[in-house]
Amino acid sequence: MKKEISFVLNGNRMEMEVDPFWTLLELLREELEMTGTKYGCGSGECGACTVLVNGKAVNACLFPAVEIDGASVTTIEGLAKGSGELHPLQTAFIEQGAVQCGYCTPGMIMSAKALLDENPNPTEDEIRHALAGNFCRCTGYVQIIDAVKAASHAITTKGEMRPRKAE
Amino acid sequence: MSKFEYLMPSTIDEAISLLVSRGERAKFIAGGTDVMVKIKEGKITPHYLVSLRRVQGLDQITYKDGELRIGALATHRMLELSPVIRKEFPILIDAVTNIGSVQIRNVATIGGNIVNAVPSADGAIPLITLGAQVRIRGPKGERSMALEDLYIGPGQTLLEPGEILLEFVIPKLPPRTGAAYVKHTRREAMELPLLGVAVLMSLAEDMTTCTAARIGLGVLAPTPMRARNGEAILKGQKVTEEVLHKAGKAAAEECKARDSIRGEAWYRREMVEVLVPRMARLAMERAR
Repeated sequence: MKKEISFVLNGNRMEMEVDPFWTLLELLREELEMTGTKYGCGSGECGACTVLVNGKAVNACLFPAVEIDGASVTTIEGLAKGSGELHPLQTAFIEQGAVQCGYCTPGMIMSAKALLDENPNPTEDEIRHALAGNFCRCTGYVQIIDAVKAASHAITTKGEMRPRKAE
Repeated sequence: MSKFEYLMPSTIDEAISLLVSRGERAKFIAGGTDVMVKIKEGKITPHYLVSLRRVQGLDQITYKDGELRIGALATHRMLELSPVIRKEFPILIDAVTNIGSVQIRNVATIGGNIVNAVPSADGAIPLITLGAQVRIRGPKGERSMALEDLYIGPGQTLLEPGEILLEFVIPKLPPRTGAAYVKHTRREAMELPLLGVAVLMSLAEDMTTCTAARIGLGVLAPTPMRARNGEAILKGQKVTEEVLHKAGKAAAEECKARDSIRGEAWYRREMVEVLVPRMARLAMERAR
């Protein structure tokens, strides 16, 4: 039996019916056709499907869709502003060459966003700890960590400190 | 993935009665990081999942008069970020900061880690070493027991159908007590332990005589275990390198290390001998 849920997705109020056995990833990709969030391992090991639920990074592939009732969800599609202006993390990933095939990138950026929202000026160790659940198999981690550092710098120096809660 | 209905009760009693009324085809789900994987892999095929996430009050962490209570639905991340746990029970931080990833720790619950009862569960060893009791409620009412006694085998606990683990109660520790845990792994993250070693040390006023010790071992038997021979060697002794070495040796002898895909028995035993003294030293530092 389908369940009715309401939640906020990237700032937009949503009301919809979902099958009880759907994961949040299926809801996003199959039903809402928002394919920015990737399917990697499907078992919470690789982090390609990372999204924010109430500001916290989670693996959408393991998250029951019905459990987002009443929650706020942020995906990679919600980071750039409507005007097309990129989030500092997106800019930094491009500028630092932290994107090769790009498959892990949305998950990497969402994990990094959760980190910077909580801790805008993390140490390298804190960045590594926060991204430990996001696997990259081609770009290499050096550029990715550099990109998070650059974004942190951009955010903290422009006074663009973001609120701790998800938008 | 198999199909199931998803039930979201808001009270403990409602959760219990939903599970009992659906019988064997129903299963509780908390954070879901184990349950969902098992469903995807076809290892379990429940018709009903009874979610505990909306049950109020099961995720509290409270510290009063030296006693720590951790709700079973508290996530690993809540423990990791809890100031009182960081200050008073750093042994729990040793364990939870290296379980899975941030994404897993944000949803995976400490109660789920325990009832899943895999021999490699990192959460269990420090809790057992701290002497944690578990409070359980089911169709027949409430009961409590030592966490150590909850396990009967790999993946098996004494929980009856419909019973819910409510909370962990860690009794007040004696003065001059410290504890530490190490998860021994091949890499730094996203890894299950080759073995886990926890040591708790209570010291006399001279700060060198051990008045009580507990040693908890993980992945070294079908269930989390205490190394009681090792503990007996420490108790009442002035702690010297020689005593620590003897305790490590005794713990290595009494554990039931075996060969597995992640490591061999001889290596595990040798590491027990190394890590028991190392954790005892760290525990003594923390006792000061």
